[in-house]
Amino acid sequence: MTAGVAGLSALDLHEVALALGDDCLVLSHRLAEWTTHAPELEEEVALANLALDLLGQARSLLSLAGEAEGRGRDEDQLAYWRDDRDFRNLLLVEQPNGDFAVTMTRQLLFSAYQELLYDRISSGTEPRLAAIAAKGVMEARYHLEHARLWVQRLGGGTEESHSRMRRALDLLWPYTKELFEPTEAWGRAADLGALPPLASIEGPWRKTIQSQLESSHLEIPEFSAWQSGGRRGSHSEHLGHLLAEMQHLHRSHPNATW
Amino acid sequence: MPPGEELARRLAAEVPDPELPFLTLEDLGILRRVEVGPEGTVRVVLTPTYSGCPAVGQMAEDVRRTLMDAGFPAVQVDTELAPAWSTDRLGPRARAKLEAMDIAPPPPAAPAPITLTLKCPHCGSLRTRQLSRFGSTACKSLWRCQDCSEPFEHFKALR
Repeated sequence: MTAGVAGLSALDLHEVALALGDDCLVLSHRLAEWTTHAPELEEEVALANLALDLLGQARSLLSLAGEAEGRGRDEDQLAYWRDDRDFRNLLLVEQPNGDFAVTMTRQLLFSAYQELLYDRISSGTEPRLAAIAAKGVMEARYHLEHARLWVQRLGGGTEESHSRMRRALDLLWPYTKELFEPTEAWGRAADLGALPPLASIEGPWRKTIQSQLESSHLEIPEFSAWQSGGRRGSHSEHLGHLLAEMQHLHRSHPNATW
Repeated sequence: MPPGEELARRLAAEVPDPELPFLTLEDLGILRRVEVGPEGTVRVVLTPTYSGCPAVGQMAEDVRRTLMDAGFPAVQVDTELAPAWSTDRLGPRARAKLEAMDIAPPPPAAPAPITLTLKCPHCGSLRTRQLSRFGSTACKSLWRCQDCSEPFEHFKALR
């Protein structure tokens, strides 16, 4: 329906907005799972606020995805009426919260990526994506700063917190290669300047992570059996459980309001 | 300017923020435009402070009600993201009101990122420290003064 500028097809815009929006929605839900379980009250508030920012970004991105698709699906229909195979988020964001070290490591890896992405998208050629990214980049920057402080504290903390951080890195590192694997739609959008080529942000991302880990007495794990597939709808079993919880109320009581 | 546009603008500008009711939409810099069509239909454009600010729906409702009560036949409230809101949109009036409510306003924009100590809104001491990077609403963080020991809120910088 609404084709993007500079020749980006409506379908490609739909696909890339869906991928970016699903990252936000799924991670938002994961962070919200910490509510009433956080290690301290301040962090309880922090995790809920991080989740809220991501939910806001998800709403904008999924609305845009629905608009571009032109089949009348709005943000709610996209969030609540798709099954796991139709979700396009990265495997990284659907991984279970684990302990606090896992959650903060996931925050570091993802926020650093999102900040770089949004920064580049905000000066890209697709005005609606650029507007959402320009808003989101300020939030991603704050999220990254929050994750940095925790990684620093846990990595350089006690023997226990340090070993948990190492375990978290070993656990999540296999999902990081997927961050830089473009789908076909992403490739075309990058050729048109709407999105950055993922290869161009891999170096800066790695540098950010490496220097953060070094100053936190940690290092990038050496070998990983890479896992990917989320962007094509091939997810780990964890996403199905997450969606069951997120979607069941809406599906059991369609159009309910409260 | 169509008749009523100045009135509609003034009324929308004075609508209070639902979470910080001593600030108006205009103080916060989130009122973008007010247009009145030939039939007297008003279109108000707001911009959110944070992507997920839960108060936006309430603000839109408050604007709608205020204008309908003033006799405008129809009111449409839209949100617009670009250009993105930042705390640099808070005017001097907003900063003064925040201080009067014991909430430390964001430090003014600096050419390079620097860490500034916040001044305690209770006693004016500069010996303050952050307790939590997040607070009771998306736009605030929590601090404590090391001299008077009072906690205080800070409208955190977003830019």
